[in-house]
Amino acid sequence: MITTGTAVCFCCAVSRLISGNHRRSDKSLSEPEPCLIQFCNTYHKFLCIRYVSISCVFFFWIIVRIVRIYTAFQEIIMYPYYENEWSVLPPELNRRFNPSFNMATIKQVINEAVERVRMPTPMRLRDLIRQIRAARTAAEERSVVNKECAYIRSTFREEDIVWRCRNIAKLLYIHMLGYPAHFGQLECLKLIASQRFTDKRIGYLGAMLLLDERQDVHLLITNCLKNDLNSSTQFVIGLALCTLGAIASPEMARDLAGEVERLMKSPNAYIRKKAALCAYRIIKRVPELMEIFLPATRSLLSEKNHGVLITGVTLITEMCENSPDTLNHFKKIVPNLVRILKNLILAGYSPEHDVSGVSDPFLQVKILKLLRVLGKNDVDASEAMNDILAQVATNTETSKNVGNTILYETVLSIMDIKSEGGLRVLAVNILGRFLLNNDKNIRYVALNTLLRTVHVDTSAVQRHRSTILECLKDPDVSIRKRAMELSFALINTQNIRTMMKELLTFLEKADPEFKAQCSSNIVLSAERYSPNKKWHLDTLLKVLVAAGNYVRDDVITCTIQLISETTSQQAYITLQLWKALSEDVTDKQPLISVATWAIGEFGDLLLSASVEDTSDVVKPSEDEVIDLYQKLLWSPQNNTVTKQYTLTSLTKLSTRFTSTNKIQQIVSTFSSSLNIELQQRGVEFSQLFGKHESLRSALLERMPPMELNRQTDDEMQTNGESDMHEMKLDDSPQHRNTESNALLDLLGSDSSDLDIIKPNNPMPTQPVSNSNNQDLLDLLGGLDTLSVTPMTNDTTNTGIGLILENNNPIQMPITNNSNFLTGDFLSTNILSVEQDLPTLNAFDKDGLKIMFALEKMDNNTVSINVTATNNTLSNMSEFLFQAAVPKSFQLQMLSPSGTVILPNGVVTQVLRVVNPSKSMLRMRLRISYSIDGNQVQEQTEVNTFPTDIWD
Amino acid sequence: MQFMLLFSRQGKLRLQKWYNAHPDKLKKKITRELITTILTRKPKMCSFLEWRDLKIVYKRYASLYFCCAIEQNDNELLTLEIIHRYVELLDKYFGSVCELDIIFNFEKAYFILDELLLGGEIQETSKKTVLKAIASQDLLQEEETPQGFFEDHGLG
Repeated sequence: MITTGTAVCFCCAVSRLISGNHRRSDKSLSEPEPCLIQFCNTYHKFLCIRYVSISCVFFFWIIVRIVRIYTAFQEIIMYPYYENEWSVLPPELNRRFNPSFNMATIKQVINEAVERVRMPTPMRLRDLIRQIRAARTAAEERSVVNKECAYIRSTFREEDIVWRCRNIAKLLYIHMLGYPAHFGQLECLKLIASQRFTDKRIGYLGAMLLLDERQDVHLLITNCLKNDLNSSTQFVIGLALCTLGAIASPEMARDLAGEVERLMKSPNAYIRKKAALCAYRIIKRVPELMEIFLPATRSLLSEKNHGVLITGVTLITEMCENSPDTLNHFKKIVPNLVRILKNLILAGYSPEHDVSGVSDPFLQVKILKLLRVLGKNDVDASEAMNDILAQVATNTETSKNVGNTILYETVLSIMDIKSEGGLRVLAVNILGRFLLNNDKNIRYVALNTLLRTVHVDTSAVQRHRSTILECLKDPDVSIRKRAMELSFALINTQNIRTMMKELLTFLEKADPEFKAQCSSNIVLSAERYSPNKKWHLDTLLKVLVAAGNYVRDDVITCTIQLISETTSQQAYITLQLWKALSEDVTDKQPLISVATWAIGEFGDLLLSASVEDTSDVVKPSEDEVIDLYQKLLWSPQNNTVTKQYTLTSLTKLSTRFTSTNKIQQIVSTFSSSLNIELQQRGVEFSQLFGKHESLRSALLERMPPMELNRQTDDEMQTNGESDMHEMKLDDSPQHRNTESNALLDLLGSDSSDLDIIKPNNPMPTQPVSNSNNQDLLDLLGGLDTLSVTPMTNDTTNTGIGLILENNNPIQMPITNNSNFLTGDFLSTNILSVEQDLPTLNAFDKDGLKIMFALEKMDNNTVSINVTATNNTLSNMSEFLFQAAVPKSFQLQMLSPSGTVILPNGVVTQVLRVVNPSKSMLRMRLRISYSIDGNQVQEQTEVNTFPTDIWD
Repeated sequence: MQFMLLFSRQGKLRLQKWYNAHPDKLKKKITRELITTILTRKPKMCSFLEWRDLKIVYKRYASLYFCCAIEQNDNELLTLEIIHRYVELLDKYFGSVCELDIIFNFEKAYFILDELLLGGEIQETSKKTVLKAIASQDLLQEEETPQGFFEDHGLG
C-alpha cells in the first residue's frame, strides 16, 4: 500500500516538475492519471538531461511527503481497525469507519492524497513583484495583477490555510499599487485568529492597511484584539496595540479602553509605551474615556525608560489640550518636567539617545510642548519654567538641525506662555539668527514664527527687518512669500520709504503669482503710511509699471482717485504718466488706463506744465500725444477696457487741445468698430463733433475731485445729521452704557435709571426687571446654540420687551424736548434722516469694522444692511456674523455675500427685524473669523439704534 | 502625524501609513495630489508646504521621497528628524538600504515603522531598542517556519 502511494505521488510530482512546476501548468496536470506511469518510465531520461541539480532536493522533499502521507494513512485507514466502535454515527455515514475496507477505498484515499500534493504552490511574493516590475506597459501590469487577484480570490474561496499568509502579503502589495483589495479584509481577520506569529504579523499589517474605521468587520476584529491583548507573548500584545492605535473606531475604543488601561500598568516597558500611545489615540477618538486613564498616566512620568517617558508626555499633552480640568490637574507636574528636561541637558553623552551631540531631541521637544500647554495663561507655571527655557535656549548646540529643532520648540513655548520680557527678546533673537542660517527649512520656520508673533512683539521683530528684507531675494519661493507677508506687517510711518524701496524691487522681479497680492498690499500700506502725496503718487506709478497686467482693479481706482483729489500734483503726475506711457507699455494695461485717464482729464496741464513739474521729462506736443493715442487705439495687444479709457480720454482732449480735427477723425473711425461698446462710444462721441458741437466743452469738463472711496468716512459726512441725531440720543440716560458688554449689567443700570425717573413712570418696575434677568439668561444661553433667535410670535411682550417698552415713554419726552430746543430745523431733518438710511457703527476692533444701515420696510419692519469692512492687510476667512435680539422681536437673516473678506474688501448681509411692539431694539452680535491662521471671536452689543425708526 | 507616504521619483507609491480613517478613494486622491505637488518642487525649495489645513514635511533620500503630514502645531523640524530616524533604522536593518529593499520587503519596512511610531506619535527614541524588537520578532517567525528551506526554493 505504501509503495503504491509512493509511486503515484512520485509520478505526479515528476509530472509537475516536467510541466513547469507551477500552477501555470494547470492544464497538463488535469489530464487523466494513466499517463503518469508512462512518465515514470521516462523519468530517468529527463532527470539526466535537465533535472540533475534539483533531484537531490526533490528526493528529500518526496521523503517528507511520504512520511506525511503515511501518517495520514495511519489515521484514516488503520485507526478504525484498532477501535471498532470509534464513531456513534451509522456506518454508511461514517466515512472513517469503513468495515468494507478494500482496494476501492484505498484508491480513493490515495487519490485524495495525490490531490493534496498536486495543489499548485502559489507564486511567491518576490516573484509577483518581479513580474509586475517587468511589465512594460500599464496594461501588461494590469493583466498580471488581475490574474493574480483572481487566483488569490480562488484560494480564499477554497479556504487554503497553508498559503493564506503569502497570498495576503501579495494582496497588500497589489493594494499599494492602487488596485482594489477589499476582498482580503476577512482573510486578514482569519490570519489574526491563527496561532502562528507570522500569520498574526501579516494579518495585523493587512488589517491596518485594508480596514479603516468605517468597516463593519470591526466587531470581529475587536474580539481578536481582545484575545491578543491578553496574550502571554509581548510581541503579540504589541501587534494588537499597534493595530488598535491605527484603526481604533469610537466603538472599539470604548470596548477596549479597559484592556489598554490594564496594559499601561504592565511591568514590561515595551508594552507600557505602546499602551500609553494607544490610550492617546483612544482619547483622541473618544475624549470622555480620559477619566479611565488618568491614574495610570501620572506614574508614566517617574520612568527612566525614554520610550515610556515620551509616550507618557504625549498622552498628558493630549489630555491637557482636551479638558481644562485635566490641565489644572497636571499643573503640578511642571517641576517634574523641568527636572527631566534639566537632566537631559546636563546628562553626559549617552550613545543610545544621542542625536549628533544632542541628548534625545524627541523627548526634549515633547516636554517643551507640554510645558507650553501647561504654562499658557498661567503666571505661576510660567514662572516655574522660565529658567529652564532660558537654559535650553542658551545651551543648545545650533550647528545641526536637531539643535535648531529644540530651539524652535523653545521659542514657540516662550512666545506662548507668560514669559519674562528678556526671554521673549531672546526668543526673537533666536529667530533672527535662524534667518541667517544656511538651511532653508530653518529660515522658513523662522519667518513663519515671526509672522505669528509680529502683532504681539513688533519692536523686537523690527530689529531683524534688514534680514527679513534679505529673505525677499531667497531662491525658495515659499520663503519669499513668507518674507513678503512679514515685510508688509512690519511697515510703519518711520520705515515706509526704505521698506517700500525693497518691496518695489521685489515686485519687479516677483513671480506672477505674487504680483497681484504684493501690489495691492503696497497700495494699502502706502495709503496708510505715506509721508506725502507726491511720494504716494510716485509709489503707485511704480507699482503700475512694475506689476503690469497683474495689478488688480483696486489699484487702478485707488490711483485715479488719488490723482483726482491731489490738485497740487496733477501736472507733475500727468507728465510722469506720459513718460511711462511713451515707454514700453506692452502687458501694462492698467498703466495705460490710468495714464490715459489722467492725460484726458489734465491734458492742458500736460502742455503747460511749469519747470519744476517737468524736471526730467520733456513736455510733449499735441501731435505727439495724439499719435500715441492712435497707436494705442489700434494696437491689437490692448484690451477693450483699455481702449474704452483711451477713446474717452481722447474725446476729452478735444476740448483741451487745439487740433480737434485729427481727434474727430480718429473717434469717428470707431463708429464702425466691431466691438459694440467701442462702436457706441465712437458714434456718441462723433455726435459731439457734429450736431451737438455746442454741448461738447460743457460735457467734457474736468471731473470734480473725487473724494469718496473711503466709504465709511464718506457716509459719516453725508449723514452728518444722523450722527448728530444719534449723539443726541446718546445723551439720554438710556444710552450711557453703550460700551458695556454684559447684558445684565446693562439691565441693572437701566432699571436704576428707571428708578431715578420713577415719578415720571407710574409702572412698578422692580418685579419686572427680576423676571427680565431670567429671560436674558435664556437669551444668552440661546446665543451659544443658535445663530438666529427663533422667530417667536410672542404677542404678549415679556422679558426684555417689557422693560424696553417701559423705556419708551421716558425717552419720548426727552426726544421731544430736544426737538423743542433745536426747533423745527432738527425735526424736519429727522424725517429726512429716515429716508437717508441712518447708519451706525456696530463694531470696530482689530481692523474689522461693521456698519449698520437701517431702512424702514413697513410699519413694523426694518431692514438692516450690514457691511463688514476689513482694514487689515490679511484675508479674513470663515467670517461668520451672528445676531440675536430680545424675544419680542423677530429676526430674519439673509445669507451673507461671502465668508472671506479680502484686505479692504467688504462683505454684506441683510437682516430684517420685525418689531410688533415698537419697543427699543437692542442686538447682541457674535463675530468670528480667522486671520493669519488665528481664530478670532468677538461679542458685542448694539443698542444705539435710533428709536424713531419705528415711528 | 496624520499619514506618511513613501514614493519614488517616478511617482510610484512605495509605502503608505494612515493614522486617520479615510475612504480608499480619498486616500488615493490625497496621495496623487501630494505626489505631483512634491515632485514638481525644485530641490532648492524648502521641505515644507502648506496643504489644506495640514503641514506637509518631505525629504528626499536617493530616489525615494519620504513625506509626512502633520498638524498645525506640530514641529516640522522634528518631523524631519523622525524621517531621518526611520531612514537610519531601515539602513541598519537592510544594511545600506536602497529602494529595491523597500519594494521587495515592504512588509519589513512597515514593521520597522510600527516599532518607531504608533498612532502617528513617536514611541521609541532609541535605535537599538527598535532594532532589537524587530530582530526578536523576526526570530519568532523563523522558529515556527521549519519548511523555510523548501519555500526559498519554491518547492514548499
